[in-house]
Amino acid sequence: MAISSYRVIPGPESYLSPAAASMGVVLPEKGEALIEGKIVPEEEAIEKITEKLILAKNPFFFPGPLILWAWNEKAIAKAKAVKELAEAAGAKIIPMPDYRPKYPMINPEEEINPNHPNLTIWHNKIDTCVFVGVHCHYANLALKIIRGGTDCYTIALCGQAGHEDAMITLRDIHSEEVQKLTEVVKRAKGGTPQ
Amino acid sequence: MKKNIATISPGFEDIMPEEYQDLVNDGPYGRGLGIKNLGTFKELIEEHPLCAGCGLALAIRLTAASLPAPEDTIIVGTTGCNSILMPQLAIHNIHSLFGNQSSLAAGLKRALKLRYPDKNKDVVVMAGDGGIADIGLSPTLHTWLRRENLTTIMLDNESYSNTGGQESGMSCEGAVLNMAPTGKKFPKIPMPEIAKDSGCAYVATVSVANARRLGRMVKRAILVAREIGPTYLQIFVPCPTNYKFSTSETLKRAKEREKIMEYISSEAEKLIKEANI
Ligand SMILES: Cc1ncc(C[n+]2csc(CCOP(=O)(O)OP(=O)(O)O)c2C)c(N)n1
Ligand code: SF4
Ligand SMILES: [Mg+2]
Repeated sequence: MAISSYRVIPGPESYLSPAAASMGVVLPEKGEALIEGKIVPEEEAIEKITEKLILAKNPFFFPGPLILWAWNEKAIAKAKAVKELAEAAGAKIIPMPDYRPKYPMINPEEEINPNHPNLTIWHNKIDTCVFVGVHCHYANLALKIIRGGTDCYTIALCGQAGHEDAMITLRDIHSEEVQKLTEVVKRAKGGTPQ
Repeated sequence: MKKNIATISPGFEDIMPEEYQDLVNDGPYGRGLGIKNLGTFKELIEEHPLCAGCGLALAIRLTAASLPAPEDTIIVGTTGCNSILMPQLAIHNIHSLFGNQSSLAAGLKRALKLRYPDKNKDVVVMAGDGGIADIGLSPTLHTWLRRENLTTIMLDNESYSNTGGQESGMSCEGAVLNMAPTGKKFPKIPMPEIAKDSGCAYVATVSVANARRLGRMVKRAILVAREIGPTYLQIFVPCPTNYKFSTSETLKRAKEREKIMEYISSEAEKLIKEANI
């Protein structure tokens, strides 16, 4: 397969940025990840995520319905792990509780909506964000809009095959993998944060 | 007692917006509530972008408050003013291609019966007069003729309101609208009669001004569709924007033109009596 020259990088890219998949970006295989549209070994992406989170001025986590709602034990465990990771990274949390296209407005201080995620990014001046627990289609939709209208750096921790539209994506991320990432972030920050 | 329908993952309770906390703690799921309880629980609609004084918006609000099992209801809508509000309900709903709502709903209901043989799932078609009686008339009729277990609720504003006011088959003869300046040339389609002749076990008409009766009719229509066969409820929902009247007059107009009618098959009659609704 031809290697895509399209790069998934911070915008603002255009009013309607293309789906990265339509530009030739393909999903990583197991053990791999994507950085800005290029397939890399998973370890490299973990390092890059850690660097981005540590250097970010105003990082936010956007947990989605797959972990916000206590569907089962796995969801509860992943939610707990994500909260610990956000704390370790010094990031704040704004939830995406569902995907209803809520108009005329949302409160961007309280929630993020996949149909106009740029409002939350702009309002809170978010420079780095992490999507986790958002169903694939809605994650890609929101990530694309963020790339189109903001300069926010996007990271997606996906429980399935990854998100082409994020600037960095890991795949097969469940509670244990989130915990490992938390350890890496803590180490990189130089010990357990007070 | 309230069923444990939705629980927020531990640690995230305070992070969730108030609307969701209220829905979890005080929503109507599993509680068998209705119109008379309005004002005492968190409704399924928080806000909407439809015009001030919109009769259709009020009808959706009243219908949502009357669903016998909101947690197990899927509403299938289609293009029109209703479709701008419907996705904001805190309830499962699907938007279909304009006019395709009954076909989609029939497939969905059949699939749900196979997937959850021991559980009831109410599938409710809720759409405009243009969607149901004009472009979607054929699928509507065929679900009735095939005796599908569906409830069809028409939000009858007697026009294509969302596209700026064209006449619909449900507009009255002589109706003048922005895009029907010389007046409609033929009478309103007799949908209730058609529904009855096509096999609906319960057919009713009401207006949005009659909240309690509307609520009871919604409950009856859904219960009969669940147990017996197709049902049809036609709600008159005046549209101030296209019929050019003051937004404060919606209920007055609804009352003036309201036609209350209820056809109940003998089988449905028995069921309604047993359920005491
Ligand atoms: C297939 C198709 N044909 C036409 C349209 C244009 N269209 C959008 S809304 C509408 C009229 C809707 O009328 P009604 O069902 O009565 O709903 P209302 O807006 O009055 O609530 C039409 C014709 C469309 N969206 N799709
Ligand atoms: S145009 Fe009419 S039916 Fe549509 S939202 Fe406005 S008042 Fe309601
Ligand atoms: Mg209409």
